[in-house]
Formats: sequence, C-alpha cells, structure tokens
Amino acid sequence: MSVLVFVEGLNGEIKNSSLEAASYGSQVATALGATATAVAIGDVNEAALARLGEQGISKVLFDADARLKQFVADAYVAVIAAAAQKENAKVLVFSNTGIGATVGSKLAVRLNGSLATNVTTLPKTEGGTFTVTRSVFSGKAFADVELTADVKIIAVKKNAIDISRNSGNTATVENFSASLADADFAVAPKETVMQDSEGGILLPEAERVVSGGRGLKGPENWHLVEDLAKAIGAATACSKPVSDQDWRPHHEHVGQTGITISPNLYIAIGISGAIQHLAGVNSSKVIVVINKDPEAPFFKAADYGIVGDAFEVVPKLIEAAKALDK
Amino acid sequence: MKILVCISNVPDTTAKINFTADNKSFDKNGVQYVINPWDEYALTRAIELKEAKGGTVTVLNVGEADTEPNIRKALAIGADDAIRVNAYPKDSFFVAQQIAAIAKENSYDIILMGKESIDYNGFQVHNMVGELLGIPSVTPAFKLDLLDDTTARLEREIEGGKEIVEVKLPFVASAQQPMSEPRIPNMRGIMTARTKPLKVVEPVGAEAKTSIAAYSKPEKKGGVKMIDPENAGELITLLRNEAKVL
Ligand SMILES: Cc1cc2nc3c(=O)[nH]c(=O)nc-3n(C[C@H](O)[C@H](O)[C@H](O)COP(=O)(O)OP(=O)(O)OC[C@H]3O[C@@H](n4cnc5c(N)ncnc54)[C@H](O)[C@@H]3O)c2cc1C
Repeated sequence: MSVLVFVEGLNGEIKNSSLEAASYGSQVATALGATATAVAIGDVNEAALARLGEQGISKVLFDADARLKQFVADAYVAVIAAAAQKENAKVLVFSNTGIGATVGSKLAVRLNGSLATNVTTLPKTEGGTFTVTRSVFSGKAFADVELTADVKIIAVKKNAIDISRNSGNTATVENFSASLADADFAVAPKETVMQDSEGGILLPEAERVVSGGRGLKGPENWHLVEDLAKAIGAATACSKPVSDQDWRPHHEHVGQTGITISPNLYIAIGISGAIQHLAGVNSSKVIVVINKDPEAPFFKAADYGIVGDAFEVVPKLIEAAKALDK
Repeated sequence: MKILVCISNVPDTTAKINFTADNKSFDKNGVQYVINPWDEYALTRAIELKEAKGGTVTVLNVGEADTEPNIRKALAIGADDAIRVNAYPKDSFFVAQQIAAIAKENSYDIILMGKESIDYNGFQVHNMVGELLGIPSVTPAFKLDLLDDTTARLEREIEGGKEIVEVKLPFVASAQQPMSEPRIPNMRGIMTARTKPLKVVEPVGAEAKTSIAAYSKPEKKGGVKMIDPENAGELITLLRNEAKVL
C-alpha cells in the first residue's frame, strides 16, 4: 500500500502548493508505515521531479504525453487512477487548486473513496479512524471530518503545511502512461488566455499579496498597488467592486464570491473589510490594513494597521521596501 | 431546452458562525438562510437562456422542509418548477448521488449549480455529478452561451487566466461571478411562485463517505499594532524583523 501525491507543474517547475502536498503525503506515509509516490503530468522538467526527494517522495511516475501539457480533466483522472492502481494507493493527496479539487472529486466517484477538500491538518488516525480538519464557512470555522471509505482523498489548502526540505534526497523518476480514449479529451480547452499580473506571480500560489479596494478611486492609481507588489515580490488582488467596475481583471477578485487565498502576507489598501471580503483572506498569516478611516472594520482583523491616506502612505512603503536588501 | 439548477440553502453571508454546545452542529439560532450566492449566478443564467431560447428551468434542492422558503424564492425569481429531495445533505457524495438520480429520470440538457456552497466550501458536487452521469463537467465557469441546440461555449477560470471550452449537450457546469446578474424577485414573481409545482421526493439509497466529528473556530488574532502614517516605512521594517514575512 502507498500514499500517492499528484504534483502540478508551472513553467517546468513544481508549484509550491504541490511541494506542500508532497510534504503532507510523505508525512502521512510515514505515519501509516507506507511509501510516498508522486504522479506528475505534462509540463514539468525531470530534474524538478527528482528534487521531490527533498519532500520525502521516493518515486515519481511521470506522464510526459504532449497532449497533456494543458489540463484536461478526464485524461488527468485516467492517468492518476492508473497510477493509484499500480501503486495500490489507499491515500491520494492533492493541493486544493482548481485542478486538484476537480481531479479529486472525479476520482472519489471512480475509486469509491472519501474526499475532503480544503484540508488544513495532517490526519489523526487513533482507533483505526482517519480524521482531518478542513476549513469551512468561508474561513470562519473548521470541521473535523472522518473519512470512512477504504480509499481516502485529500486536497490540502495552500499554506497550511510547511514544505519539508531534506536537501540531497532525490526521487527516482519513471516514465508512466495510461491508455486514453477520445472521450477523455471531450472537454479539452479550445483556447487558453493568460492574463498574468505583472511579475507573473499566480495569485493563489503567492506568498505575499497586495490588494486594492474602492479607496484607490480608479484604475489609473493602480501603479501604487503594482509598484508595492513588485518591490516586495507579491501578487496583486482586489475587492469585488473593483473587478465589477473592470478596474481590474476578474481573477484578481478575492472574497466570498471571488477566490480564497491564504498567503503569508496580505496588504489591503483602501478596502473597508466587509465580511464578504474577509471570507476570502481571513486565513492569511499576517494582515496589514491601510485605510484613512480609523473605524474601518478591517482593522479588527489586522495584525498591522496604518490610518492614513493611501496616496501618501503607499509611496513611503514602496520607498522603504526598495531600500531593503534582498 | 430543459435546464436543471441545483441550489443549496446556506447561512446569509453576514451570519455569525456559532456551534451547539457539543460543537457537533451548526447553531441555526437567529441565522437567516439564503440561496447560496454562487447558485444564484447559475439560476439567473438558466432563466436568461430560457428567456432567449425557450424551455424550462427546474430547481432542485437536497434538503429538509426548512429549505422551502428559498426554493420558493428561486421559483419567484423565474424557475418553472422545483424538486426537493427530502433528506439532510450529509456530504457532497450523498448530494451528488441524489442529483444524478433525478437527472437520470428527467434527462436535462444542462445541469447548473454554483461552484461551491459558502458553508461547506467543497467544490466537489458538480464534478461528482458529471462523473456519475458520464457527461462533461466544466467548472468553475463564468460565461455560458449556446452556440446552437447541441453545443455550448463556456469560459472557465483557471489560475492566472481563463480557458475557453466547447462542449456538446448534455453537460454539467458550475457557476461563478460574473456569469449573470442575480435578480431580486418582483411582486408578480412572488405571487406566481406560490402556485408553481414543488415536488417532494424521497432520497435514493446512497451512503455518505465522510462524517463531521466536530466543529471549531479559528483562534482570535492578538490585536492590531498601529503604525504612525508619518513614519509609514517603519511597517516594512516590522514585516521583516518582527513578522518575518519579507
Ligand atoms: C453576497 C455578497 C457577496 C460578496 N462577495 C464579495 C467578495 O467576494 N469580495 C469582496 O471584496 N466583496 C464582496 N462583497 C461586497 C462587500 O460587501 C463590500 O461591498 C466590498 O468588499 C467593499 O469593497 P471595498 O472595500 O473596496 O469598498 P468600500 O467598502 O467602498 O471601501 C473603501 C474603503 O477605502 C477607504 N478609503 C477611501 N479613500 C481612501 C484613501 N485615500 N486612502 C485610504 N483609504 C481610503 C474607505 O475608508 C473605505 O474603508 C459581497 C457582497 C455580497 C452581498
């Protein structure tokens, strides 16, 4: 029996969220006395895969099929299901990305398994049960969920697990493929349009995020957000009204009806901190709020705050950040 | 065109989240329930498609009798009829199996729902339903158009961008902003909703594969440290030396 981790590539490298999943998977394997294998598909280079040894992975099954460079849900499911069968995997670990949760849901049906998404802790396995904690109510609570089926599928929330780094360990990389039918490509994308923010840091993967709200008055002022983000190596985000008015693209909208992020650092500029906005960012480790209104509700959820006009405060931050030695 | 829209009944986005004394269930006291916001995007898009192309919109909820006010609200917004599967929604797999059973009986052209519920935050049911029915699931989609009677074109969000997909009917899609502009029911809608059919059916035999042992709440933050705006650069020093995040 083994623990199988699915790792996602990004421009040839492995996403940090997947390194977290790999670290998670190998700790589960150790607890269960099993081995941790990874499966990778498409656009990842082999050297990066071998380095998964640092996260405790002993072997990587790699399907380099050129048709799978882009995510194709059913084809990915077929490959991972075949890998799970080959390895006799009883625990499957994903990162809680759109890809990970999609593939996990489909596999839960195919393998008749129990699925928990948004997972924030390693499993507790006392008394033969298998219980994980997951984030619920849009970050406002946690639920301990028991996975009762024979096969357990877990999607790990970003930034909940530290990446283990046992430098020097390498994983062996084996070529792997599964037989794919035409039907597996029925929902293949016709076209993909990337609208990366400047600097190319993907918002869900980002360690640091600088976010702007209606207080910034208009898209012409977004250089404040972008320049601060660039100075500290952050991705950019925004509140809902900002993307509703097309000041910023939709995939930057965080909150209850946007995406949920959990970076180490979230800097909110000119955002009031409505409960629906907090729902998307409340599991960030450190929250900084810059708002001219001392009564803005966001200060209650913040670790650091500055009451002041963004147009005066942010340039000072940019200057100070540029002065930091890297 | 027959469209099925699955809705869930969730605490209002501003609701205080509390649990019963044993931490085993959500405390419904004083909590207002609404149609899951993401499901509303699905519902209004379905109604728009019906208005443009004809057909019917059926809403489906897996839930106990206390969800009926929100089912009626969906009818008031413009759905034609409703089905309630009379069961507590134990987990995503249980709900997906109930939806799949209804779908098999009625052969819908499109099955829509929100990308996740704001209480359980699963992001699971749509893909499970697609898998159970053996039809495509496109998720999370923020644009849905019909090219003709057999093909739909959807745009779905991916990290850092979007993907354009064309699929044959029937299919499942999950909705997110800005697929449509949710509507507020008008007086006429509210009147006619009272007489629209709401069928209550018993669940099919299906096992849940997870169970919730206990709930807890996150630890409270230690309080905010305020920095003088005149000396704003100090923040950067604190983020590096104290918080250690730079
Ligand atoms: C069902 C539902 C779902 C929702 N989902 C989301 C969601 O996912 N994400 C989301 O963000 N919102 C969501 N909302 C909207 C949410 O309720 C708020 O309306 C929204 O977050 C407010 O955005 P904002 O803070 O940018 O704007 P505002 O509330 O207008 O706040 C602007 C802030 O900027 C400050 N300000 C103004 N000028 C300056 C200046 N010069 N310097 C510094 N500060 C300044 C003001 O003091 C104010 O606090 C949702 C609402 C509902 C009902």
